[in-house]
Amino acid sequence: MKRISSAAYAIIAISTGTLVLLGYFLPQVAPFQMILLDWAVILSGFAVFVGVGNLFSVHYTKIRTRSKGYLYSFATLISMLTILLLGFVGALGFSVFTEVENVLLNGIMIPVEISLMAVLAVTLVYSSIRLLRDRVNVKSIVFILTVLFILLGAASSPWINALPFLGNFRLIISQVFATGGARGILIGVALGALMTGLRIFFGADRPYGGK
Amino acid sequence: MNQIDGLIALGIVLIAAVMMAVFAFLAQRSPFHFRDIASFRQIRRAVSMVVEDGSRLHISLGRGSLLTPFGAVALAGLSMLRQLGETTSLSDRPPISTTGDPVINLLAQETLRTAQEAVDRDKAFDATQGRITGMTPFSYVAGAMPYIRDDQVSTNVLIGNYGVEVALLAEAAEREGAAVIAASDYLPAQAVLFVATPSPLIGEELFAAGAYQQAGNFHSASLRVQDIFRWVIIVAILIGILLKLVNLL
Repeated sequence: MKRISSAAYAIIAISTGTLVLLGYFLPQVAPFQMILLDWAVILSGFAVFVGVGNLFSVHYTKIRTRSKGYLYSFATLISMLTILLLGFVGALGFSVFTEVENVLLNGIMIPVEISLMAVLAVTLVYSSIRLLRDRVNVKSIVFILTVLFILLGAASSPWINALPFLGNFRLIISQVFATGGARGILIGVALGALMTGLRIFFGADRPYGGK
Repeated sequence: MNQIDGLIALGIVLIAAVMMAVFAFLAQRSPFHFRDIASFRQIRRAVSMVVEDGSRLHISLGRGSLLTPFGAVALAGLSMLRQLGETTSLSDRPPISTTGDPVINLLAQETLRTAQEAVDRDKAFDATQGRITGMTPFSYVAGAMPYIRDDQVSTNVLIGNYGVEVALLAEAAEREGAAVIAASDYLPAQAVLFVATPSPLIGEELFAAGAYQQAGNFHSASLRVQDIFRWVIIVAILIGILLKLVNLL
């Protein structure tokens, strides 16, 4: 029975993939492609609800079993339920609750994310220092020197900008080497994406289950 | 996309598909050999360690949605999840996956379930092994960091679509003394990972994971076709440069 359902999943996935792919190239198939993509959008919207359920379930289990850090899970669930409640009540026409929801979003969520960005900057500086300490090789040295040149070139200090070679050097690095390298990597990523799609098309990769 | 561009693109897809089928057939007869990539060697070693010492494997699949062009990297991550999930399902602590996209989370749960059933049919699958941690870049990272710290994770495989915030995940893993193998399709994230992890996967290397994990003939074949296409593009670029130099283009 499992084998039959696994084969059925594969047939549905491959035929859906074929229709969506052909929709890009053949105008006659495009309407079917649109219908399938609309279904995908609706399903992914519903998946958000399932995702919220998953988040709740994971943190509820942590609290129930008193796992390490369960107090953070408690805070997460309280915040989640509060925002959910405010959203529902706000949608019923009580605009005060919507305003409270906005204040919580702008006053907590956004500042916390900005703080994480600041932590990220410090983390990257620390990682760069550790790179020179732990992995001293040509690649690392070139990487750090390039970063320093670009940073110096981007600085608004007048005496740095007065150095004629620095500006040109920065332009060569950013517009020749970096752009060339970036395009090379992107071409590689695009080819990899194509091959991944084809593997699913052939049924060699089945993220929807089955062997 | 006009009609000619469309036909060229369809041609590329068809040629790639035919070549992949042919190479998959050839790989059945004599397996292909690929260059050594340090990260994949490290993954094999780290996964063995997970099974031996009964610790946990954490696979982070990033925030790539299947409805965007970043879906391919998430699918590559799921392929990796399948291979590693099967190897580590018998560990005392089953593997966990984290993601920032609800659809990918559903697929990750299904992949983990299939991987577990492949090695132990009787054991009940715990759906909370696949976890969604946040839907914005920083909330995803902030939600995933506690699992690295609290769930006795000894190996972290970060493979998916990330921004520069992935450095926080890598740093959290380093702080816990856990192994980190990371890859992203986003260029700034790759630069950040070069600094923050010992051996990141750069560029298309992240799509090669299946071939290096012996996931099957189609994986090896797809990597071989990818290599051939890359050489064709290199030759085309060089011919273009030469034609431009002699003013024929």
